[in-house]
Amino acid sequence: MVTLSGGRPRARAEAIGGEAATLLPRVWTALKAVKDPEIPVIDVVELGVVRSVTLLAGSTGPLVEVTITPTFSACPALREIERAVGEAVRVIGVEVSVKTVLSPPWTTDDMTDEVRAKLREFGIAPPGRHDGLIEIALDAPVRCPRCDHPDTRLRNAFGSTLCREIRTCAGCGETFERFKPL
Amino acid sequence: MNEQVTGALISRLTAMADDELLLGHRDSEWTGHGPLLEEDIALANLAQDEIGHAVLWYGVRSQLDGSDPDSLAFGRAPQGFLSCGFVELPRGDWAFTLLRQFLFDTYEAEALARLAGSAHAPLAEAADKARREELFHLRHTGLWVKRLGLGTDESRRRSLAALEELWPLYAGLVAPLPGDQLLMDANVLRDWASLSGAVIDRARTALAAAELDPGHDPDPAPAERDVVREHRRELLATMQEVARQDPEAVAW
Repeated sequence: MVTLSGGRPRARAEAIGGEAATLLPRVWTALKAVKDPEIPVIDVVELGVVRSVTLLAGSTGPLVEVTITPTFSACPALREIERAVGEAVRVIGVEVSVKTVLSPPWTTDDMTDEVRAKLREFGIAPPGRHDGLIEIALDAPVRCPRCDHPDTRLRNAFGSTLCREIRTCAGCGETFERFKPL
Repeated sequence: MNEQVTGALISRLTAMADDELLLGHRDSEWTGHGPLLEEDIALANLAQDEIGHAVLWYGVRSQLDGSDPDSLAFGRAPQGFLSCGFVELPRGDWAFTLLRQFLFDTYEAEALARLAGSAHAPLAEAADKARREELFHLRHTGLWVKRLGLGTDESRRRSLAALEELWPLYAGLVAPLPGDQLLMDANVLRDWASLSGAVIDRARTALAAAELDPGHDPDPAPAERDVVREHRRELLATMQEVARQDPEAVAW
């Protein structure tokens, strides 16, 4: 989602609309380089953590406001993501402010299919789509990300990070993590 | 919101945040001491969530009065806290810790569902966020209460002893604060009058499945959140110890 903020006195979108066409794609590209600190193969854009990028008028030139949202509210990586997002935009020479919002709350349904494939490749079983029926998705069968065996068992509802649980595979016997549907 | 309603909301948010923070701290005392590695990790996750939710409530408060969540947590004296006795008690044994966490999760499930409908948008948003995460808690702690209640004679004996200690204090956790009526009138708290009954009923149903009978309902006592109990003092002395040694530190 790319929005242009109008209405605010210091942010007349039409006055800087021309710049937006070239600047905003550069900002999005820069943001794609910011990885989730806990899953370094996934960037914060495809994860759905970056909610919007808005062009405002800053004191000396354009100011980009990046809005992000936490996956889990107690996620210890949030401050690091805030910092890295700001840094990524700053290095392309753009003034930036990073805003964190809680609503609408992040859900694993915000993950793209590419992210799910990358998670599997990384050894983490991806969350199933739930359309709000989280408990059904939680109890649905989970395939092993290593051997694709359908018979895997929950070993611990909590794992190495807030978003993961630990399972074992009846096929290959390996222990693996699943990203929990949220 | 007028000044009175804002003041009542600040008290409500502080009480909720303090409960989450202190319970999260008590849970965190198990880190490295859990009976099984997996359960140690699970409880550390629960502790992290509760402390994260404390940060959410302090954050909503901060938008009202500009207070700093870190200072509230680590720089406030015991008499400034509004926690209830239920969360302050020492962690006890495993049955006590899991039963307390389960009862707290049950309370939160009911409270957060109501808070998600608050007319104060930042409160509603924070509650909606937290409530999704609490689902994992209730599933986990609910299973443990069953496992211990229906387990061995020893686990059952310990569960009943924990229940006997916790049940009378449960009313204090769910009891309304003096300012809650104002917040209900302003729709900041919705359907709040039914909270305490709904929590007790829900807890009873789950406890019955574990064949644990708490007996009569806890007496609806005032929460006594303004009383400094010894356990609060002791908990804060430990939790705030490092921060007190260098109040100006910018990083740990």
